[in-house]
Amino acid sequence: MSAMPTVPERETEPTGSFAPNPGAAPRRRMLAAQTGMEFRLLLRNGEQVGLTLVIPLLLLFFFNLPLLYSLGVARRIQFVVPSIIALAVMSSAFTGLAIGTGFERKYAVLKRLGATALPRSVLVGGKTLSVLLMEIVQVVAIVLVGLVLAWHPTGDPVLVAVLVVLGTASFGGLGLLVAGTMRAEVILAVANLVWLVLLFAGGIAIPLSKYPHSVARVLQYLPSAALSDGLHAVMQHSRGIPVHDLLTLLVWAAVALPAAARFFRWE
Amino acid sequence: MVDLVKNYGATRAVDGLSLSVRAGSVLALLGPNGAGKTTTIEICEGFRRPDAGVVRVLGRDPSADAAAVRPRVGVMLQDGVGGYRDAKAIELLRLFAGYAVDPLPVDELLARVGLEAVAGTPVKRLSGGQQQRLSLALALVGRPELVFLDEPTAGMDPQARRGTWELIRSLRGAGVTVVLTTHFLDEAEELADDVVVVDSGRVVAAGSPAELTRAGAEGQIRFRATPGLRLGSLLGALPLGTTVSEDEPGRYLVSGDVTPQLLATLTAWCAAQGVLAEHLSVERRSLEDVFLELTGRGLRA
Repeated sequence: MSAMPTVPERETEPTGSFAPNPGAAPRRRMLAAQTGMEFRLLLRNGEQVGLTLVIPLLLLFFFNLPLLYSLGVARRIQFVVPSIIALAVMSSAFTGLAIGTGFERKYAVLKRLGATALPRSVLVGGKTLSVLLMEIVQVVAIVLVGLVLAWHPTGDPVLVAVLVVLGTASFGGLGLLVAGTMRAEVILAVANLVWLVLLFAGGIAIPLSKYPHSVARVLQYLPSAALSDGLHAVMQHSRGIPVHDLLTLLVWAAVALPAAARFFRWE
Repeated sequence: MVDLVKNYGATRAVDGLSLSVRAGSVLALLGPNGAGKTTTIEICEGFRRPDAGVVRVLGRDPSADAAAVRPRVGVMLQDGVGGYRDAKAIELLRLFAGYAVDPLPVDELLARVGLEAVAGTPVKRLSGGQQQRLSLALALVGRPELVFLDEPTAGMDPQARRGTWELIRSLRGAGVTVVLTTHFLDEAEELADDVVVVDSGRVVAAGSPAELTRAGAEGQIRFRATPGLRLGSLLGALPLGTTVSEDEPGRYLVSGDVTPQLLATLTAWCAAQGVLAEHLSVERRSLEDVFLELTGRGLRA
């Protein structure tokens, strides 16, 4: 064994050589690969699909029943459809992403990815984009059920799309920030608690106009309030570009996404 | 040519350990479970920072410069594949190929590790040995110049183990630097250019397998023959430094540098005496013996 006579200096490979040529792929190709994988896994996860599709649709029926409180509007469904879209975005991008990613971290899924050329920013980007693809499915389902419930589509679809994208970026960044920095069990509690707070105090289940004026002035800066208010402005009141809400979401996204990429821990 | 130098202490797991790997060679970290092999390798992979000491992988700090080091390095973690457990084997391999600028063809690589039949099986349904092989493929798909393999053949059946050895030899042949951990002696003996024996977080011996088994090593020849042979005469025939003893009547032990020449001299002497040496056995030191001597216990202990 002294001079390694048994090992030839270089072998010809029957199926391709292992000759080194390392290097990271261009970011766009990594992002495409990551997004595709994440989206396929989302669709494959039965509970996740049930949670993100069935619950918003059930709530669509539930909130449309005039049992809880009066909205003071003639056609309750015109309020409920934008609310449910906001809720769907928040559930998928914040709660779903935080819990799913948190458990991936717990079970060392991400540790393995951390040993590759994949940068954290591309992981965060891929996960957020996959959620965005999922939301397209959700919004289509909500719109179809809404139409069955005699909802009249109004508002500019482009503005709705922009609001949904910015909402996803904000909630996705927040969800991944939670997922990348806390223990899985804590994430489970935090993600659900924050979801409930944002649902009721954030203008989705209850319009901010039902709150005292001083409270509403603070609450309007929550991402859920900005998303919900923006969607209502466009879809319910046809008010044109909701500049204030778009800016609010933009600030949340601009802070949360880079923070998630910066502070994300692989294990 | 030095890829990695590290010295660090002050942790219980790894205690003032230094080693270096020559580019294009295979280094085996050999030691029992809990010796600090995985901790050492995970520091090299950038997962942990040393509490003291300096680590350089490909000339850079693996945790501070992770973005520069990771694309050039292939990693096989201990305990299963890691990565998405719901993904199919081929999907996970394609994903990792997507991270690399010039990946190996995924179908060929999957066939090379013998997983083409389970390409569409979710990772979580693969057997332990299949997961190990997938994990190996994931480490290699990006054409790395340096690979860290933590217990690469743990849980593999003998055939897969042979296949993996062959693959590691191919890596070496292609100029890839390989650092592997193992507690299998035959694996280290078979594959490694250099072996670093680790115990309790310290290097207890280092060198090529041949050097380690030779260094200070006394080979032994045992045989049985009629009792009361004239050992003085035998000793005179054998090279200087060889010892001969009759432990029990008719049972003889020759200790020294066991070479073919020594054996020939011994049997020629017996022939000249008209003595038939029975149960003749030649024993050279194995790495197991080396380890036992160095630490006072076996590798599997």
